[in-house]
Amino acid sequence: MAERGPKLVCNSVWKLFGGGAEKLLRDSGGAPSAEAVAGAGLIGAVRDVSFEVREGEIFVIMGLSGSGKSTLVRCMSRLIEPTAGEIIFDGQDLLKASAPEMVEIRRHKMGMVFQHFALLPHLTVLGNVAFPLEVQGIDRSTREARALEIIELVGLEGRESYYPRELSGGQQQRVGIARSLAVEPELWFLDEPFSALDPLIRREMQDEFLRLQNVLHKTIVFITHDFDEAIRLADRIAIMKDGGIDQIGTPEDLVVRPATDYVAEFTKEVSRAKVLSVASVMTPLRKTTPSGGYGGEVPVSAKIGEVASLMSDNAKPFSVIGSDGKPIGQVTKDAVIDVLIQG
Amino acid sequence: MAETSITPQVDGHGSAPPTAQSWLTGHPKRVVWMAVIAAFGLFWWFGKPWAAWAFKYPSAWKWTINEQITAAMEWLMNDATFGLFTFRELTRAISAVIEVPYDIVLSLLSTGFLQGQGSQAVQIVPPLSWIAVLVTVVAVGRYVRDWKLGALLGLCFLYLVVFGQWESAMVTLSSIAIAVPLGIVAALLIGLLGYRWTWFERAITPVLDLMQTTPVFAYLVPVLVMFGFNAVSAMIATMIYATPPMVRVTILALRQVPAETVDLGTMVGCTRRQMTWKVMIPSAMPTLMVGVNQVIMLSLNMVIIASMIGAGGLGFDVLASLRSLDIGGGIESGVAIVVLAIALDRLSQAMAERTHGNRVKPAGDENLVRKHPYTVFCVAVALVTGALGFTWGEIQNYPEAWTITSGAMWSDLVRYINVNFFDELEAFKTVLLLNVLIPFKRFLLSLPWFGVVLLLGVAGYTLGRWKLAVLCIVLSLFIATVGKWDKAMITIYLCGISVLAACAIGIPIGILSAQRERLWRVVQAVIDTLQTLPSFVYLMPVIMLFRVGDFSAIIAVIVYALAPAIRYTAHGIRQVDPQLVEAGIVSGCTPFQLLTKVKLKLAFPEIMLGLNQTIMLALSMLVITSLVGTRDLGQEALIALTRARTGDGIVAGLCVAFIAIIADRLIRAGADRMRSRLGLH
Ligand SMILES: Nc1ncnc2c1ncn2[C@@H]1O[C@H](COP(=O)(O)OP(=O)(O)O)[C@@H](O)[C@H]1O
Ligand SMILES: [Mg+2]
Repeated sequence: MAERGPKLVCNSVWKLFGGGAEKLLRDSGGAPSAEAVAGAGLIGAVRDVSFEVREGEIFVIMGLSGSGKSTLVRCMSRLIEPTAGEIIFDGQDLLKASAPEMVEIRRHKMGMVFQHFALLPHLTVLGNVAFPLEVQGIDRSTREARALEIIELVGLEGRESYYPRELSGGQQQRVGIARSLAVEPELWFLDEPFSALDPLIRREMQDEFLRLQNVLHKTIVFITHDFDEAIRLADRIAIMKDGGIDQIGTPEDLVVRPATDYVAEFTKEVSRAKVLSVASVMTPLRKTTPSGGYGGEVPVSAKIGEVASLMSDNAKPFSVIGSDGKPIGQVTKDAVIDVLIQG
Repeated sequence: MAETSITPQVDGHGSAPPTAQSWLTGHPKRVVWMAVIAAFGLFWWFGKPWAAWAFKYPSAWKWTINEQITAAMEWLMNDATFGLFTFRELTRAISAVIEVPYDIVLSLLSTGFLQGQGSQAVQIVPPLSWIAVLVTVVAVGRYVRDWKLGALLGLCFLYLVVFGQWESAMVTLSSIAIAVPLGIVAALLIGLLGYRWTWFERAITPVLDLMQTTPVFAYLVPVLVMFGFNAVSAMIATMIYATPPMVRVTILALRQVPAETVDLGTMVGCTRRQMTWKVMIPSAMPTLMVGVNQVIMLSLNMVIIASMIGAGGLGFDVLASLRSLDIGGGIESGVAIVVLAIALDRLSQAMAERTHGNRVKPAGDENLVRKHPYTVFCVAVALVTGALGFTWGEIQNYPEAWTITSGAMWSDLVRYINVNFFDELEAFKTVLLLNVLIPFKRFLLSLPWFGVVLLLGVAGYTLGRWKLAVLCIVLSLFIATVGKWDKAMITIYLCGISVLAACAIGIPIGILSAQRERLWRVVQAVIDTLQTLPSFVYLMPVIMLFRVGDFSAIIAVIVYALAPAIRYTAHGIRQVDPQLVEAGIVSGCTPFQLLTKVKLKLAFPEIMLGLNQTIMLALSMLVITSLVGTRDLGQEALIALTRARTGDGIVAGLCVAFIAIIADRLIRAGADRMRSRLGLH
């Protein structure tokens, strides 16, 4: 993959709800404690959050309900004004952008998917998907042609003239996704996009989402309260609690090295085989090929769970292939079985 | 609230029967109240000889604000100028703006397009033929929902044709067709401002309150003085009357748009205007359409009343019949109003449900007929029937010879009832008058105004602290100082009796029907229909049975104000948490105990709000009943209207509005307290 620079950077972002928030921040040197915030009668929805989202990655923010995820993502898109901090998008501080500049950025560079879909009830699927383009004043035939392409991409062809109320929840969210992609955004926000859906549909939509990302390579900020969803989708995860971030890392990092008890609580139940990659159990390349030869090849980024069935039929070790296609190590059946047994 | 904790629940269940002693000492507030009432009673009984001023408001103290207002109005009309133009020119300009579209619609529906003035006018283009209008109405019904609605609308309009009400109905419809869209646009804009700026909303709320509680006759007077005796005045009055609820609905509807939808608008980069017209208004449309339905129904109601200041049409027919006591003719026009009301109500409700269109047509189809089949068809029918109408007059105008009149039938019915039941009806009326109405009226009139004002102040203080106390005192003092105390007492007497009766009838019906699904549906249909009927209509049957006087007025008010008493009671009971009912059953309540100890208790705040609504409706109807000869504030407003005395009308109107506001605030405060005590929200 190409060099991944930061697309979006949050530096010490604060959002306190309630009157006198700025004053409290100033008086406490910019970092009031949780007690001080509560004592002033404010709600510390986002407290001193810093991270960066790299170009082309899926950055998942995970936290329980009320932990401040929505507030954070709304700060990033400046739907609400952070109380303090910096939000740097492509090198530009969004908080310093003028209102017309923000309109331009939102029109062309950002897309957002909402938990409850936020479809406009008076527009058809086609009208909804074309809506962001309509707002930009693009003529009808151009925007509808573009909308049709995306409707097809999300698998809703044939439903263009339906109204939102005539669609199932999963289909409605496909419309929401299609609409957010209509302007070909560089930065894609999804605020709990699948939380309102049934578990089976949710699973299907997650697969669909990964498929889309394989094609589109957007920079994504994905919000969820479901740790399994986070593990499944994320390149990196930020765990949020009470407005602050407990840990940021790859799913593997979180599972192998949880930074706090709170994070460990989530990862406890997670099946290691699904998270750990071959890399975590391989041994470095030996000079000599083992006597029996290799049983086969596995990619270094594959999850243990994915290669387990392949390897269980074969007693020989497998050669591990790096991202450049050259062998970089080997992995034995025993090592894989160890992980599987741990659950 | 602090005082709630001092006053424990007064159920007495479980505990020993309270003695008189503990009944008082346990409740310090009760002691205060007993003392206040006792003082009031003593003052009422013995106070007259040494404080006569407190009983009859001395005329020397009277505040002649009515004359000042009338004078100000005259000055405004005769001398006021804004430099470039005078006030009179301004009102003329407003008239013209409304008159032009009105003339076009009226020409289209009723008079035809004329050339020349007065009696020399020649018709150059005839109005739409009755067939064309009928076909259009059916097509609109079909377009908005289905053939069934089309058929209903067609039948309603057929009634108007066949029973010879066409001309008047078309005049009324023309007024509606102008007043409603103007009213909606105005309400939408004001509502938008209110949504955008909270300070604006806060500023207009009291104005809206006043507009909704001031009886219609009161602002008919200034409108009449400013705009003259004509259809334009009627439409302006109609808009003033019909828009306030829509303003509130607009603000509410915009507030209800989900936050996510607003975020969506921002995220796709909407400008402010795009946000309003492409996101907010369309999303709020279902609720807005409820407001539109209200505007239509209120406009119809008002256009009828406004026949008193020059709106012709059905209202004028009813009024003329009322004046000449032509019961048959009056009922016929009354039924025509009902029919028109039902047609407009069903149509606008269907529009509200529909809001979000049928399947969109394939884009790019430029064929006019395929794109707008209904419009093309209706225009074709209009043209064809118009052309044929030159040869065959029946096609243009429904021939008089084909009309049926039910007037004679109604007159016969009335005669029959009077011949056969006169004695019974009369006896019923007399007994009630002598034993209930007149004593109650005398009692109210004998109360010292000064004491009542203080009593209201104490009540206000108990329920809502100083703010409410001051409001009650100031408003009731106003009534006394402008010299309307006695008239106000008569209004309160009529309103009080009617409301009591409406509750006595409505609450049991509400209780009964709340627990039976099928019955509830029937009751609901009946009260829904009752509420769509313009208030004028209620006058016809009562005068038919009881002729003019307080008694007729009371009956009309009772029927008019019954709906909320039923609705709120049933609603209150139906929304009681089923778990609490089950808890009651499990603890062994009999059905009667369940009703009285659980359901009614929990539904009580809601029933209070129903009472509140009943009072509001009763007051608004009372003003109309002055047409059947009551001697209260309504009559004052009516007299002011006939003499075009602005000040008198406004003062009488304000008095009624203040009575309404005092009652409303006290009851609301009471209901809120009750609710928080019961832990409801
Ligand atoms: N507009 C607001 N005013 C006051 N408090 C708010 C507002 N929006 C959110 N909050 C509070 O901020 C906290 C975080 O909310 P939110 O960001 O919606 O959490 P999440 O999306 O993780 O469920 C919650 O305690 C919530 O009550
Ligand atoms: Mg959220």
